[in-house]
Order: sequence, then C-alpha cells, then structure tokens
Amino acid sequence: MKKHVEFKNHQREIYHFQLRLIVSIGFVLVLLAILLVRFFYLQLLRHNYYQTLAESNRIAVVPIVPNRGLILDRNDLVLARNYSGYTLEINLNKVTDMEATINDLSRLVTITNKDRRRFKKLLAESHNFETLVIRNRLSDEEVARFAAQQYRFPGVEIKARLFRDYPLGEKTSHLIGYIGRINDTEVNQLEESDLSANYRGSDYIGKTGLEQSYEADLHGTTGIEQVEVDANGRAVRMLSLTPPVSGNTLVLSIDAKLQEIAEQSFGDFRGALVAIDPNNGEVLAFVSKPGYDPNPFIDGIDPQSWDELNNSPDVPLNNRALRGQYPPGSTIKPFMALAGLNYHTRSPEQTINDTGVYYLPGSSRQYRDWKAGGHGLVNMFKAIQMSCDTYFYGLATELGIGNIYNFLTRFGFGQKTGIDLEGETSGLLPSQEWKMKRYQQIWYPGDTVSIGIGQGYTLVTPLQLAFATATLANNGVAYRPHLVKEVRSSRSSEARFIAKDPLYDLNIPASQLDLIRRAMVAVTQPGGTAVYASLGAPYHIAGKTGTAQVIAMKQGEKYDAKNVGERLRDHAWFIAYAPAENPQIALAVLVENGGHGGTTAAPIARKVMDYYLLGKVPKPLTKADVQESGAHD
Amino acid sequence: MTKRQLWLRFIAHLDRQLLLGIGLLLLTSLLVLYSADNASFDRPLGQLRNIVVALACMWLVANLPLHYLMRIAVPIYALGMVLLIGVALFGEISHGARRWLNLGVMTIQPSELMKIGVPLLMAWYFEKHEATLTLKNYFIAALLMLMPIALIARQPDLGTSLLITASGFYVLFLAGLSWRVIGGLFVAGIASAPVLWSMMHEYQRHRIMMLFDPSQDALGNGYHTIQATIAVGSGGLLGKGYLNGTQAHLDFLPERTTDFIFAVYSEEFGLLGNLILLALYSFVVWRGFIITSHASTYFTRLMAGSITLTFATYAFVNIGMVSGILPVVGVPLPLISYGGTSMLTLLLGLGMLMSIETHKKLVRT
Repeated sequence: MKKHVEFKNHQREIYHFQLRLIVSIGFVLVLLAILLVRFFYLQLLRHNYYQTLAESNRIAVVPIVPNRGLILDRNDLVLARNYSGYTLEINLNKVTDMEATINDLSRLVTITNKDRRRFKKLLAESHNFETLVIRNRLSDEEVARFAAQQYRFPGVEIKARLFRDYPLGEKTSHLIGYIGRINDTEVNQLEESDLSANYRGSDYIGKTGLEQSYEADLHGTTGIEQVEVDANGRAVRMLSLTPPVSGNTLVLSIDAKLQEIAEQSFGDFRGALVAIDPNNGEVLAFVSKPGYDPNPFIDGIDPQSWDELNNSPDVPLNNRALRGQYPPGSTIKPFMALAGLNYHTRSPEQTINDTGVYYLPGSSRQYRDWKAGGHGLVNMFKAIQMSCDTYFYGLATELGIGNIYNFLTRFGFGQKTGIDLEGETSGLLPSQEWKMKRYQQIWYPGDTVSIGIGQGYTLVTPLQLAFATATLANNGVAYRPHLVKEVRSSRSSEARFIAKDPLYDLNIPASQLDLIRRAMVAVTQPGGTAVYASLGAPYHIAGKTGTAQVIAMKQGEKYDAKNVGERLRDHAWFIAYAPAENPQIALAVLVENGGHGGTTAAPIARKVMDYYLLGKVPKPLTKADVQESGAHD
Repeated sequence: MTKRQLWLRFIAHLDRQLLLGIGLLLLTSLLVLYSADNASFDRPLGQLRNIVVALACMWLVANLPLHYLMRIAVPIYALGMVLLIGVALFGEISHGARRWLNLGVMTIQPSELMKIGVPLLMAWYFEKHEATLTLKNYFIAALLMLMPIALIARQPDLGTSLLITASGFYVLFLAGLSWRVIGGLFVAGIASAPVLWSMMHEYQRHRIMMLFDPSQDALGNGYHTIQATIAVGSGGLLGKGYLNGTQAHLDFLPERTTDFIFAVYSEEFGLLGNLILLALYSFVVWRGFIITSHASTYFTRLMAGSITLTFATYAFVNIGMVSGILPVVGVPLPLISYGGTSMLTLLLGLGMLMSIETHKKLVRT
C-alpha cells in the first residue's frame, strides 16, 4: 500500500515536474523574444539614428582659423600684420586655485600686475569651458623655462598663435582701429547674420576702424578638418581637410608717410586732418590727434590703462576726423559765395560797404565783423580773401535759409559722406523744419545771419569739410571718400577697387568756380588771411581759414585769446587744395583751441601739401613754433 | 589500457552537445576579446588561462558521482555563509561596497560561491524531504535561500543578490511551489516595491531611474547605457565588421572586455551576429532542458533545471542591460566576458549538468 502510494506520487511528481519544465521553456522563449524585438528595433528600425550618433561621437570637426588679411598703405607699407608668437594660457576647467597657479607661474615667467588685472577682467567676462591668456608674447627663454616645468601645471599650456600688430601704433589708430576678443553682442550679431559657422574657432573680430568695416574681407574663410577622435577627445587620424582661406589684403589709399607727417605736424595740438585726392576720392591722410596705441586692446586692455585713456581730457579715443562736430566758421564762406552766384543773389562785381557792423532790416541787434571798423567796399572776391563777415551776413539773409540748406546739402553738409568707416556722424545743416522739430520754434531771420559765417546751428566734421573741399577742387564732381583703394584677393591675383566712379556732378559753371578759386588763392597771398600757408611755395594753394567758437560771446563783448583758458580758445580751421590750377590734394585741418586758422592750421596743411606734391619732409614742429597767435580771422 | 580507451575514459563524462555549445561560445569570447582589447593578445591570452582552469574544474565536477554532489551541498553552503559573515565583518571595501574577503594569499568574493551554493542546498533540502513535502518545507527552503541573499544585498551587491534569488526561486518553482503562492508572492513583490525603493542605496535608485531616461545623466551613470545602445544600434543588420567597431575602438564603450562586451560584438557583427549568438545560447539552454528532463533523481532534476534557467537568465540580463532594457547591474555575459571567477562558476554549473547526464546512464547500466 505504502509502496503503491509512493509510486503513484512519483509518477504524479514527474508529470508535475514536466509541466513546470514546459513553463520554464516558455519563460526562456519569452526572454528570447524580448531580446529579438529589442534587436529588431535598435538595429533595423533605428539603425540610421544610432549610426548618426556613432558618427558624431567619432568625428570631430576642428575649425582652422584663417590668417587675417594684411592692411597696406598705397605704397605697400605694412600697417597691420600678423606674427607668430607664444602665449601662456590657462584652462579654467582644469585649474582650481587660480591665484596660487598664477603666483607659481610668475616664478617662471614674468607676469606683471597689468597682466593680472587684464586676466581678472577676462575672467569676469568669460563664459565657462574656456582657456584664457595670462601672458602674451613669451620670449624663447620663457617658453623653455615653462616647458621644463609644465608637468607641475595641469591646465596651463603654451600655444603658438598668430598675433595682430599695428607697427605705426597711435599714428594710424583712428584709421585702422583694432581687433579684439569676440564678445556676447558680437556672437549674437554673427548668429543673426548666419556667420557663426565661419567664426568657429575665431577668437578675434574687428572692433573699430577699418578692422571693423572690412571685417568680411579681412577675416577669411575658416578651414575645416575632420578628425576621428576617441572618447577622450584625442585626435586619432585625419579624415578630411578643407584648408582655410586667408583674409584679403586691404591696400589703402593712405600714404603712411604723409599720415605720419600730418600727425607730427600737429605737435602738441589736438585736432584732425583729412586729406583727399579730389580726382577720385582717395583719402591720403586721416588723422585724429591725439591717437592711442591700439596694440594693448587686442587681448583686452588692463582696466587701469583703459581708465587713463577713457578719462583723459584729451579724449584720445574719440575719432575727431570722423565723429568730431564743430561749427565750420569762415570755411563755409566759399560755399556760401557759390550759393549766392547759383541763385543770382549777388553778382561777382556787386559791392557792399562794410562798416564793421551788420543790422537786419528793422532791427537794432548788432552783428559784428571780426575786424573793428570793417573792410570798407567789398565785392565777392575780396569778401573771401579777407573773410569779410558783414558781406556774408547780408548774403545769407538775402539767400534765405531754404536756399542755403538746399545748396549746401549738395556739397554734403549735414549728411554722412559714406566713407568706409563705421560710426561717422552727420554734422548738422539747419533748416526751418529741423528747428521746428528740434526746438518747436519757427525760424527767425536772425538765425540765418550767423549761418552765413558758419556759426549758429551749423556743425561739420573734418571729414565732411574735406569732402566738400575736394568736390569744390574737382569742379563740382564728387567722389565718395574712401580709405581702401583696393581689396586684393588672397585666392587669386584679382583686386576689387573701391568707388571708381564719381558720385555726382554739381554742374557748376566754370566762371563761378574760377572766381571762387582765384579768391581762395588770394587767401594764401599777401592781403589774405593765411599768408603763411603759401609763403615760398612753388605752387598755388587755394585755401580758406576759419574759426569755430568754443564759448559764445555776449553782445558787445570782445573775444580776447589771452584772457580765456586754453581749452576755451577758439578752434582753428583751414581748408585748402593744391595746386590750385590742377588740384591733386584737398584737405581740411582742424586744430582744437588753436585760435586762428591762418597761424596754426594753415602751416600743418602746408607741410602735408609740400610732402605730397614735392616730397619735402618738414622739420618737427612744436607748440612753441606757433604760439605767437594773431587773434584775427 | 590503450590510448584510445584512455581517451574514451577521459571524455566519458563530458556531454558532447553541451561541450560543442560551450566550445563555440568560448571561441567567440577569444575572438571578441581580441577586438575589444584593440587587437591585442593580452586579454585573449588571459581569458585562455581562465578557460583552461575552468574547463579542468568542469571536467572534475563532470566526473564526480551524483552522491558526491549531494554530499558537498551542505559544506559549500556553510562555508559560503561563514565567508559572507566574514565579509560583513572584515571585508575589504572597494567602490563603496564590501564584497571581497582577503584571505592573505588571495582575495575572494564569497557571493560567487553562493551562486552554486544556494540552489545546491535547496535541491538537497527538497531531496531530503521529497516524500513529505508541505508548505512548511517550501518556507524553510526559502529561508535558507534568503539568509545569504540578505547578506549579499547588504554589501551592497544588488545584481548578485537578485540573480541568486532567481536561481533559488527556480528551485522552488521546479520543486512545485503552488501557483497560488507564486501569485501571492508576485502581488506582495509589487506591493513592497516602494519599501524596497526606500531601502535602496542612492546609486541603485539612480541606475533604475536611468533605465527610463538615460539622457538625464549622459556623462555620468547614463553614459554606459547610452554608449552601449549606440554601439548596438549602429551595428545594423550586418555590423561594421570585425575590428571595425568605432564605439569600441575609440574608447566610447566602458568596460568593454567585461560587462559590456556584448556591445563590442553587436557593433561589429550586427543583427546577424546577434542571432547567431542567441542561437548558441539557446542551444546550450535547450541541451540543459533535455538533461533536466532525463535527470533520474529529484535532486538532480531541481539542480539541472535551476542551472539551466540561471544560465539563460544571466545571458538575458546581460544582453538586456547592454541593449538598454534592463538597469546596469554587474552581470557578465556568460562564457564570453573576461573574468576568471564567473567563468569558473558557470563551467562548474555546466560540469554538474554533464555529471547529471552521464552518471544517470551509468546508473542505468
């Protein structure tokens, strides 16, 4: 019985076990099916997706930054160049105690307080995951010393890089500008204009001057190297290479030597000079004094030096030639005279009697001539030669502000010239509409009077005045002023020329131009206001002096240069072109607080013209040489 | 005795079909290790040494008569428990877990021993009480299983404790644990999940969370899963070709000679290679089930079934983890991942299968 039960149990047990075994096999089959479905999903359905992920894992695209284009003057003299050198850079991710690291480093290489301050500023501005430069331009000895100790400094490395250098320094600062590290705003701008791809790997971008306005030419095209990388980001081998294309070379119309002479001629004075070839608009010299050394800006200037520049009363960072706005003073007179001829307001022969004072009809308000007692009988020629104010008070009143506005607009007053630099200001040529809009006031006849002698609301930039002078010199045919003559392609021998064709022709009758020219030549002859300008010159100079008031004189008050502070003295203007019969150069010179145009501004113009036309190199000039300022206009 | 007779005696207890499957898997291991080690013979040679030692042990076990297996069950289990308690008291800490015991001459991981010790003891226990099995016996067997598992889970080694739980559960299941109890356990398991969750270590929770969204921690814990999944997926139908896997050879795959070796294989041999590998595993498992069904005693049936199911589970868990459907637990790919301990444990188990198959025949004749 017992045995029977056991046997039966055994059979049943076997049966139950087999059942459980079959369930187990089913379980394993389910596991198998799960894996098969997963493989099918990963390796067939989603294969392309994972293939792409694997490829992007494997392939790193390394940008190769192109060499920035050179900037040369018209004689191929280098104004901006690249040179290779070493920098010491710190990877922010790998260095924890920055202060200690820098202190240790300073025992190996020279790290000045300036370097530290500059680095701190960069650190404050930096994004994460960056390397920052602690020292530039290491000497070979420093490189060797650091290399031997490099193992002590994880995250600090020496990199060979190309540096930008401006050999002429502050002489060309307002012209060339500088490059600097790309900031957040510029990153956004690049993104908006779809240029960020071309700036991958680029650290620098043009910030001001030609470096900024010709950024597209100078930057070049970034090359692409595709490399296979391992999980640590180390390159294993190169897969493909698209070489970078260097930036194009800018050849300027600027004559570096002329620029230098113009710059030096200012001596200790502040001011601006723009010289233009009237036959094509090429800018020959473009000076704003004082300048600044652009080189420290490239890798971020240290805060102290920046404060010095920024807070200096001389405002060296202000581009006076491009952005400085001054009353034109008497330099407006030749253009006013042309307006009078154009509208037949006054004939050349028509004379007025200058008693030294002008009254508006029915008014007792005095408008005084700069010369007490006046110039007597004056026609248009004499009015320009002697810079007679009374003549132009009347002429302006007779012309009316509408005609003045219309005519001067044609010479480019009140508008940007469109020169190839960013940030140009447009000056101000007032009109009735402008005054209403600006002051909600109607235009009074009294407003027109002082417009006639370039005072009142009118403001011009040295560049504008040079452009107007060049247009006048070229018989009313205007060329857009430009600093870059040609852009030489780095790929081929092709060159792109800037602004070959004239902007417009004002169609001024030759007889009118001739009268103005003769009168302007007379300005620089005995009897004129700028005799010194052409003393001993073997060519004729057509010029006009001007004075821009810094402080307004009250009725009846007399301006006395000796009684006002130096910075409140009048600004001196001189515009000129030469040779008068066949003009090769036209210029405008502004000397801030220079007093009278004939004594301070004209000699600077003369030196520039002498060098350009005759190749004459002047002696250096100091403030003392021109200190005997005669106070008349 | 002639040479031939000697040879026959030598192979008498080796199951040829099982040996064929094992041999092909071991060959695959050497092949893939050569690639995973960047075409170096370093790892393949090391693995060859592991294989030789483990195969020798397998041969020994295969020649062991069945009653010996029964007899060593209790000592192995007892030794395992002693060592586990030793680990808990004096174990060495590495990677934040106390798993190793330094015996002076060598360091051992007692949890590996329990992979065989637990099912062995449970099978022995059921054999002892075969005639009078009641629910109480299942309860005691479960208790015997849970004691070492609790110690291992405390180390903490969640992966190993789960796998031992699985192999113990297979014994319970094959021993005929009633479906109602299984259902009850299942419900209780789900109900206790929140409790378990709260008891888990932070890194264990992290690994489970990662399974749902590996990209959450792409550079940390999710990195393994993401890179392995990319490797498998980019392998496609036919794979990138032997030695051409970019994920493996450019260092994107972590632990690619050990736990993640399947990703290397799958990237280079694609879906087709995967099907072949699954076929090899299936063949071994199938043979295991055949042996189980032949097994002559209650003990050997339970033991053979548990070994076979555990083997299948290891393969599934490893492949599932590499292809991103299971959390990353430290389970090697059976017979392929580099490593002496797991090779030894697995081949010992398979040796037992052979012993069960061949000694039964001898008993019959």
